[in-house]
Amino acid sequence: MAGLAAAFGSGAMTNTIDCIEKADVILVTGSNTTENHPVLSSFVKRAVKFKDTKLIVVDPRRIKLVEHAHKYLRQNLGTDVAWINGMIYVIINEGLYDKKFVEERTENFEELKKVVEKYKPDYVEQITGIPARDLTEAARMFANAERGSILYCMGITQHTTGTDNVKSLANLAMVCGHMGIEGGGVNPLRGQNNVQGACDMGGLPNVFTAYQAVTDEAARKKLEAAWGVENLSAKPGLVVTDMIPKAHAGEIKAMYIIGENPLVSDADLSHVEDSLKHLDFLVVQDIFLTETAQYADVVFPSTCFAEKDGTFSNTERRVQRVRKAVESPGETKDDWWITCEIGTRMGFEMKYQNSEEIFEEIRTVTPSYAGITYERINEEGIHWPCPNIEHPGTPILHIGKFTRGKGMLHAIEYIPPAEQTDKEYPLYLTTGRNLYQYHTGTMTMKTEGLNERAPGTYVEISPPDAVKLDLIDGQKVKVASRRGEIEADVKVSDKAVTGTVFLPFHFADAAANRLTNSALDPVSKIPEFKVCAVKVSKT
Amino acid sequence: MAEKNIITINGNEFAFDPGETVLEVAQRNSVDIPTLCHLKGATPTGACRVCVVEVEGARSLMASCATPASNKMVVRTESKPVVEARRLIIQLLLSSGNHNCAVRGSDDKDWTRFQLNVQKDDGSAELCPVWGDCRLQDLAYRYQVSGDMFPATGTRYPMETVNPFIVRDFSRCIQCGRCVQACNDIQVNNAINFGYRGAEAKIIASGDRPLKDSDCVFCGECVQVCPVGALVEKDVRYRVRPWETEKIRTTCSYCGVGCQLELHVKNNQVVKVNGADVAPNHGSLCVKGRFGFNFINSPERLTKPLIKENGKFKEASWEEALDLVAKKLSEIKANHGGDSIGVLTSARMTNEDNYIAHKFTRAVLKTNNIDHCARL
Repeated sequence: MAGLAAAFGSGAMTNTIDCIEKADVILVTGSNTTENHPVLSSFVKRAVKFKDTKLIVVDPRRIKLVEHAHKYLRQNLGTDVAWINGMIYVIINEGLYDKKFVEERTENFEELKKVVEKYKPDYVEQITGIPARDLTEAARMFANAERGSILYCMGITQHTTGTDNVKSLANLAMVCGHMGIEGGGVNPLRGQNNVQGACDMGGLPNVFTAYQAVTDEAARKKLEAAWGVENLSAKPGLVVTDMIPKAHAGEIKAMYIIGENPLVSDADLSHVEDSLKHLDFLVVQDIFLTETAQYADVVFPSTCFAEKDGTFSNTERRVQRVRKAVESPGETKDDWWITCEIGTRMGFEMKYQNSEEIFEEIRTVTPSYAGITYERINEEGIHWPCPNIEHPGTPILHIGKFTRGKGMLHAIEYIPPAEQTDKEYPLYLTTGRNLYQYHTGTMTMKTEGLNERAPGTYVEISPPDAVKLDLIDGQKVKVASRRGEIEADVKVSDKAVTGTVFLPFHFADAAANRLTNSALDPVSKIPEFKVCAVKVSKT
Repeated sequence: MAEKNIITINGNEFAFDPGETVLEVAQRNSVDIPTLCHLKGATPTGACRVCVVEVEGARSLMASCATPASNKMVVRTESKPVVEARRLIIQLLLSSGNHNCAVRGSDDKDWTRFQLNVQKDDGSAELCPVWGDCRLQDLAYRYQVSGDMFPATGTRYPMETVNPFIVRDFSRCIQCGRCVQACNDIQVNNAINFGYRGAEAKIIASGDRPLKDSDCVFCGECVQVCPVGALVEKDVRYRVRPWETEKIRTTCSYCGVGCQLELHVKNNQVVKVNGADVAPNHGSLCVKGRFGFNFINSPERLTKPLIKENGKFKEASWEEALDLVAKKLSEIKANHGGDSIGVLTSARMTNEDNYIAHKFTRAVLKTNNIDHCARL
């Protein structure tokens, strides 16, 4: 989200899900939408089928959505900046860019123009493998449309150049003037139900609620007054991908992990495992005894979504109600209750009657949520920012003006991925989810039917690669990287493109993240899950 | 302009926008025209003809879902010919399969034979699995018709039960096509369609293969829109009756789309889920949201606090566990400073839970070491 915040001043989906059907052209990249956001993908497919919308898909795998696309560009892994710069080059060179928009609403255009100058389609073809003609046609298709929407997901962000990739997409949207309008925008699709909310609520090391910087004295003073405390720390904290190595180094002594399972979801798992063992004290709070919880000194049992009241904020910034439907099992407690009890016992009284009382406090310290109440969102959720009780909410951001004033065009050069294939590890590996499982599988694997549809780890491999390695469908193989190896069943599939294999990361017993590279994007600190070099061999 | 577009329905005048169908004008003005095959968001097909109305000057009854309103049109929605036509349609539909909701006949002998046949096909002695939740049954009551007007037709295709989620009971399919539209026009998964012709007609997937071997992704949109008992969730069939459950609106806990759900609760257990017809999902769900709820009631759920002693977990009281955590964290904070503690909050929890974790980290631990897996 750092990329969007730098470009626009606000790091969230700029438009709504309903907006997708109003676009004239949709560019989907790094998102296997039909499997990871199935309901949202229907909006894309309906637009194509019924509204004459053009669809461009740019993805290293021939994903299901490609069947609906007018243009499919297949880029080499980790070469996103190159193809996006290439499209911008074509758009500027052919004079297709929105001159008025660029002039009135953006800055740094000349710098951008200078950098993209060398990304001529032929040069881009050498880097990305995308035929120059296809790239040019896609660029024209996107620029000539009145309303162009960009949808992206982890295939864009989980790279060492993730922030660059996002800024590049923001560049593309801005030079075409597809911002601040219905059917336009740059739209990151959030993979988890309340990622947006966790960020909004200050679940980040550098900001309080509503992205108020911890370094901002006024913000600190405001919260100190609201909470009745003194000396809130002004030093930005550690991100998860820094906490783990610091735990390993002994600088982090204790961790309190709530509802997370880094021992399946993080990159380079063997290292994570060692780091957790190094801690003096580990508290885990979850609904199941997860792989991570096994390492805990104390485990707290918490309620799940069907057993609690509260709110989630979805990918389009819509704050929606969560309602208790069933009584929770045994002695489980709400997550907020547990945290409050610890806080109170540590000498800071935290007492609330119910979740609504907490939400009322949230409103007072979170400007973008100030106008939202449980009553107002009883029937339908409201999009933040919603600054006061009369405000209808803000479905589309950046109308007329960006949050930061003028939109920032970033001049960005292409940098190759951190790890390259070589003789020993000749194949690229990319990872992701499968339709029937979810993240680390702690929830979906409890439904037999879902397991029947997706029983275990498989490595998706293209027919030519299978022939070359003499592998057949269903065969057990070893997949090894410089960091570890796992076993998986071969799945020969047209989705895979020759030279690149794919692994779903759900399965703990053969965790894809034993292989992945934990090299980080320098800004967002996101690991490069989407590219590493592997070899596949018979067991 | 506005004055020009007036339609008269049952003696009342209504304004309409060009392009609106008679059905849409009626629904907008709370005039109740019954429908069966009509599916919101999809192109009207006029297939079932239950929504026929009488239009003055027209030679035959018109399907209101597919008839555009026109100026000075005079429509009657419950006139004698309309009601007669609807009764006939309903009677034909009722006789076309295993509609054993006991509206079928009054003759005891015939009913017994009929029911025994259904039992043979269905493997259950109970009345239809969607009894009380069936549009055809509703219509039969509303128009007071039974199915014994016409001889019952035999079952042509056996039930499909080989996938984990959906039972396809062709003996109860009335070929209204709602499932086909849900699949092709709403979800655009293009997995099912009409197959074969005439009396052989059947809804088929990928050249008449079982769903599990087709393009079906088990979103269950077809089940949700099926007006009869032809498509039912496998785990729900004969186990859950609609009057036994309480329905609670909430937000899905899987991906970030935030689909609105209705959780159907029976005996303190979520037994079924369907999509609520509001933004953002407008009724649609995916396989995880609709069928992936068994974890809620899993026996593997943690139910008591655990404390590790000598490498093994033992159950503890809340007092004991909370005191221990508060003591240890206080000690570490005192000895090494707040920055020696890290908190991972969760993208799976509510805003309220996250806010409290954030407040605890900053105000109690006095550190900013808090993050979650947005990056992962």
